[in-house]
Amino acid sequence: MGATRFVCASVVAGVIALAPSTAAAQESPQALRQEIDQLRKDFETLKQQYGDRLTALETKLAAAEGGSPPGAAPPPAAAAAPPAQAAPPVAQVPAGAEGAGGPTGALPTYGSAANSSKIFNPDMAVIGDFLGAAGKNDVNPSPAMEMHESELSLQAVVDPYARADFFISFGEEGVDLEEGFLTLTELPGGLLTKVGKMRAAFGKVNTLHNHILTWTDRPLVTQNLVGGEDGIDDAGISVARLIPNPWIFLEATGQVFRGDSGDLYKSNKRSDLSYVGHLRGYQDITESSNLDLGFSYSRGHNNSATTAPAGTPESMDDFTTQLYGIDATFRWKPLQRSLYHSFVGRTEWIWSRRDQPTGLQSTDGFYVSGDYQLGRRWFAGARFDRSGHATDASLVDTGGSFVITYWPSEFSQVRAQYRRTNYETAPSIVSSANELLFQFQFSIGAHGAHPF
Amino acid sequence: MKRYLALFVTAFLLAPVAARAQGKLNVMTTTEDLAAIAREVGGDHITVEAIARGYQDPHFVEAKPSFILKLQKADVLVVVGRELEIGWLPPLIQQSRNSKIQPGSDGYLDASLQAAILELPTGQVTRAMGDVHPLGNPHYWMDPENGKRVAKEIADKLSQFRPNDKAFFQQKLTDFNAKLDAAEKGWLAQMAPYKGTKVVTYHRSFPNFAERFGLDIVGYVEPKPGIPPSPQHTLDLITDMKRLNVKIVLVEPYFDLKTPNSIGRDTGAQVLVMPPSVGGVKEITDYFKLFDYDINLFLEAMKKVGATK
Repeated sequence: MGATRFVCASVVAGVIALAPSTAAAQESPQALRQEIDQLRKDFETLKQQYGDRLTALETKLAAAEGGSPPGAAPPPAAAAAPPAQAAPPVAQVPAGAEGAGGPTGALPTYGSAANSSKIFNPDMAVIGDFLGAAGKNDVNPSPAMEMHESELSLQAVVDPYARADFFISFGEEGVDLEEGFLTLTELPGGLLTKVGKMRAAFGKVNTLHNHILTWTDRPLVTQNLVGGEDGIDDAGISVARLIPNPWIFLEATGQVFRGDSGDLYKSNKRSDLSYVGHLRGYQDITESSNLDLGFSYSRGHNNSATTAPAGTPESMDDFTTQLYGIDATFRWKPLQRSLYHSFVGRTEWIWSRRDQPTGLQSTDGFYVSGDYQLGRRWFAGARFDRSGHATDASLVDTGGSFVITYWPSEFSQVRAQYRRTNYETAPSIVSSANELLFQFQFSIGAHGAHPF
Repeated sequence: MKRYLALFVTAFLLAPVAARAQGKLNVMTTTEDLAAIAREVGGDHITVEAIARGYQDPHFVEAKPSFILKLQKADVLVVVGRELEIGWLPPLIQQSRNSKIQPGSDGYLDASLQAAILELPTGQVTRAMGDVHPLGNPHYWMDPENGKRVAKEIADKLSQFRPNDKAFFQQKLTDFNAKLDAAEKGWLAQMAPYKGTKVVTYHRSFPNFAERFGLDIVGYVEPKPGIPPSPQHTLDLITDMKRLNVKIVLVEPYFDLKTPNSIGRDTGAQVLVMPPSVGGVKEITDYFKLFDYDINLFLEAMKKVGATK
C-alpha cells in the first residue's frame, strides 16, 4: 500500500503547489472551483488505477508463493508451484557429501563461483580439553594445570564408496594421530571395513575418545591392563558384520593390527601382529531403556622380550599378552523428557594373562559406574575401580570417584571429580591419593554426532 | 590365532544374507510427519516406519543400534534435512551397511529440497546465536503447502523405485492434495478471525505454521535456539508480553513446563502444549489430525482468553 500512499501524497502536494498560483490569478471563484473539481477527479482516477494494479500484483505474488490470494479460492494442487525464493546464488552439496555430519541441500557460495570447491573441504572441529588437579598423588601425579589435549577432527566422504575420518591430538608431549582411517561403506556382504589407525573395538572405554567419557580420567583397569590413556590404538584393518537373527542386534568385529600399542603390545618382527575380536549384543528393553553387552578378546606380543635378561634363549622372545573382556551398559532415557533426565550404568571386567620372563602373570580388574542427569545442564556420577597390575599380579589398586558435570550448552562442559586411589606399590604397601580434578571441555566447528 | 580368525570367517559365512521381501517398498523416515505423508501417497504398496517418535525432540534422538537394523533393510530413507538430524543420523546411516540409502544414493531423499524454508540466516552465523541451523528452519512441515511439496517428492521417489506403480502413487498424490486443499481451506477459515494474534513459542518450531495461519510470533521462551531459559530473559519476555498483550504461549511436548507456566501466571497467558509433529499426542495419527488438533487447541485457548477479558 506504500505506493498508493506515495501517489496520493504527490498528487495532494501538486494540488497544494498549484493552488496558490491559481488563487494568485484572481479568477472568478466559479472557475477556481471547477479547476479544483477537475483535479479531484483526476486524482480519484489515478488512485483507482494504482489500486487496481496493486491488487493484481498481490494476487500474482500470492499465487507464486503457492498460497491462496486473499478472498479467492485456493488454486488447484497442480498449480502449487515450488516457491520462487529470492535466494542468493547457491551451490548444491556434492552427491555423497551429505549426511556424514556435513551440510545438506543448497549452500551459499562466498566470493566468486569458482570458490565452490570449498564445499569439498572436510568437516572440521577442534575440541579442547583443559585439566586441573589439586591434592596429593605420589604414584601417578598429573600437573596442576594442563591443556591436556586439543583434538582436531577432519571428516569427509572420499568417493561414492568410502569416507575418511582423521582425529589428530595435540597434547603436552606433541602431536599424535589418534585415529585416521578409511571406512568402506559399499562392500558386499554387509561388511563394514575400516583401514588405517584406529582405537580397537576392545570393550567400551577403549573405543571412546577423551571428550566422550563421563569422567576426567580413565578407569584404573584401563591404566593398568589395557595400555593406559591411548589404549589399544594401532594401525590395522577392521571388519565388522551384523549377524542376522530374529531377536537382537548382534555385531561381530574382527581386527588385525601391526602389534604396537603403547606399553601393552610391542612388535619385534613383522609377524608379531596383534588381534582383537569383539561381539556386541544390543536390545531395547522398552522405548526408554536398553541393554548393551560386549565380549572382547585381544592378543599380541608384549615388550618383555626387549626387557628380558641378556642370554635369554631366542624362543623366549615370544612373550604374549592375552586380554579377555566383558562389558555391559544399561541406558535409560525417557523419550519425551530426554533433554532433562537420563541414566547410564556401565561396567567392564578385564582379565589379563601376560607372559614374561618371570612367568605368567594372570590378573583382572573392573570398574562400575553410574551417571544420572539431574536436569537439562547437570549430571552427577560415581565410579568404583579395582585392578591388578599387568606385570605383577600380586599388586592390586583400588579407587573411587564422584563426578559432577555442568553443560552451559551442547558445545561446552565443566566438570569436577573427587578421586581417591589406593595404589599398592609393593606387596601390602599402599600409597593413598586424594585428589580434586577439574576439566573444561569446549568444541568449535562442525556439529559432530552425539555419542551413543 | 588362526583358530579365532577361522571362527569369525565361519560366523560371517554361516549368517544367511537377510532375505528381503521384493513386494512392498520398505520406506524409513526420520520423523513421524514424513512417515504420515509417505503413508498417504504410498498407500498399501509400501511399508513405512519412522525413527523418532512425535513426542520426542527431533534434534536429540539417540543413535540406537536397533535403528541400524531397520535402516539396513530400508529401500528408501526420507529425511527432514536442514541439519535437523545432524546429531544422530550420520552414524546410523554409516553403520547401516546399506548402500541404497547413503547420502547421494537414489534411496536417500532429503524432503526439504523443494519446501519453502524460513529463517535462512543471512550474514555471519556463529554459535553465539545458540544452536542455529545454518540451512534455515527445519520445522517446515508445519505448513500444509510444504506438506504437498513433500508428498510430491515422495511420490516421485516411490515411482522411481516402482515404475509399475507410478499411476497408483500419482493418483494417491492427487487425492492427498485435494483432501489437503479442502482441509486447509477449513483451517484458514477457522483461523481467519485471529489473524495477527501475537504468540510466544518455546523453541523456533512454529514459524511455518504461524506464517500460514496468520499468527505473529513475538518472542521465544528460549533466549537462543537450544539454550535453556535464563531468569533475565524470562523477565524481559514477561515485560514484552505484557506490553504487547500476548495471551498465548506455545510449548513443544518435550520441553519442561516450569518456565512457561510461570510466564503464564505472570502474564495471564494460556500455555498450550502444542505438538509440532504427528504422534506428538496419541490423537494425532496422521498429517491432517496434526493441524486439526493444533488449530483446535489454539481456538479453544482463544475462547478462554476472550472470556477472561
